[in-house]
Amino acid sequence: MYFTQHFWELLFQGIRLGSLYALIAIGYTMVYGVLQLINFAHSEVFMSGALGGVFMLTALAGTNGNIPSGFSAFEYTALALIAGAVVSAAVAFSLERVAYRPLRKRHAPKLVYLITAIGASIFLYNLAGKLFGRNNLQVPESFHSGPVFVLPGSGPSGPRTVKTLDVLIIATAFVMMIVLDLVINRTKLGSGIRAVAQDAETAQLMGVDVGKVISRTFIIGGLLAGVGGVLYAMFHAVSYTMGFIPGIKAFTAAVLGGIGNVRGAMLGGLLLGIVESFSQGIIPNGLEWVDVVSFVVLVVVLLIRPTGILGERTGRAA
Amino acid sequence: MSDQASTIPAPRTEASPSDNAALLELSSVEVAYGGIVALKGIDLEVRQGEIVALLGANGAGKTTTLRTVSGLLKPRSGEVRYAGEALTGIPAHKIVQLGIGHSPEGRRIFSRMTVLENLQMGAYRFKSVSQKDLDQVFELFPRLQERRTQLGGNLSGGEQQMLAIGRAMMGQPALLLLDEPSMGLAPLIVAQIFEIIERINALGTTILLVEQNAAQALKLAHRGYVLETGEVVMSAPAGELLNDPRIREAYLGETAE
Repeated sequence: MYFTQHFWELLFQGIRLGSLYALIAIGYTMVYGVLQLINFAHSEVFMSGALGGVFMLTALAGTNGNIPSGFSAFEYTALALIAGAVVSAAVAFSLERVAYRPLRKRHAPKLVYLITAIGASIFLYNLAGKLFGRNNLQVPESFHSGPVFVLPGSGPSGPRTVKTLDVLIIATAFVMMIVLDLVINRTKLGSGIRAVAQDAETAQLMGVDVGKVISRTFIIGGLLAGVGGVLYAMFHAVSYTMGFIPGIKAFTAAVLGGIGNVRGAMLGGLLLGIVESFSQGIIPNGLEWVDVVSFVVLVVVLLIRPTGILGERTGRAA
Repeated sequence: MSDQASTIPAPRTEASPSDNAALLELSSVEVAYGGIVALKGIDLEVRQGEIVALLGANGAGKTTTLRTVSGLLKPRSGEVRYAGEALTGIPAHKIVQLGIGHSPEGRRIFSRMTVLENLQMGAYRFKSVSQKDLDQVFELFPRLQERRTQLGGNLSGGEQQMLAIGRAMMGQPALLLLDEPSMGLAPLIVAQIFEIIERINALGTTILLVEQNAAQALKLAHRGYVLETGEVVMSAPAGELLNDPRIREAYLGETAE
């Protein structure tokens, strides 16, 4: 049977995709935690990071068209990831300042936030389309993705080889998630974020500057989404509309894991990636059914556990 | 607990701290929620070292008063002065830094943080958590030490109240605002908490106490204010209020003779 034969390959692909969903989902869930807002413009934060990374690579590769090797490959990749992270963080930061902070100052109802988020999303991707064109962008390779090890079982064209790129994607995503988990649970900024997510008013009584915490939460979400965007760009088409589908998927992952819960977002992302990958292996013509399966999983989980896998109470989990 | 009671100064009859300089002054403070006026220009004073009780029925404006002092609400007019400085326009998170601690109504424990993390949140305004303050809180509330690794949400009501007060103490407040510390608690626990409030005061913290439990509060306090629908209708030394027939009837559950 195809699925059993390709189990390891499918699992591996699922983890690779899922770790990217997780990186993006964290931004949704953290912002939800501190603002009770589904930041639908987060998909554009992700997209802008991917573009930032691609532009960095293009600029670096511009001098010679060759694929760099050795240390320069490492440098290229690292610089692209940093560029993506910085661009996304800057977009997320500005988004909060320009779009959401004025609403918070005026105590706007939640619906207004939601409409603003959708508006900001439309604005941002159209702006990107206007500035950078509406065609897919060429992504220069930052390094030779050589074989690292071979997975058990066999792929459609011989055994599936895990390449450097795969390792890079998964390793980077996991390192970022571990660092984030430490920041949230072990640092003062982290305790501020958790306090605001649990009870913003009481957090103020402890001396927490809620505005600052919200702003930094957007920045953290942006950093992760930007890195996710650059990694995603290394094996997907890059364009101004690229944020939509991964954005929706990551949002699904965040809800699946329990919105507001950071570890839930990580878990939900991985789970969704694996479910998608497995469904491709199990269902004939699976690729066409991937999105259907994801959302069916979401609906089923929410029916059984409305607060998501790790969510404790509706809304207020951190 | 009972052996510690002897270290508490004898019940204050002749107001000693009430002659001190004012630490907190509210002058004609008016607060409104939308169109509804919750405080209709109140004057109130808490002097250095005092326990002042703020009494009144539900909706009289007691909580609103505390929330205005700690900056969660902005007065529409009037002025709040703390240690001689006007608090106008200072955001809540900065008011804490001036030395005003607030144990809010309903305790508002961070339910998914441990007891220790809650106490550390109380010291958020400092660079690092002072072990000395932590030891002091654990000394006041040994119960919290036993429960330090438990989640705040899993504590009993009394323990949560202790945590709320302990958390506020971690910010080293010169003025502590306590909003209904006895709410929903068994009489024995209430007695314990009031005893600790008295100790905290004896250790040098000035206290503004909001209470529905007027009898208990007045036994503890130096002075009291009675609020009715957003106005101060009475203010006097606690002993006088305790013996005032109107107070006895309205707030101490006694019928007039």
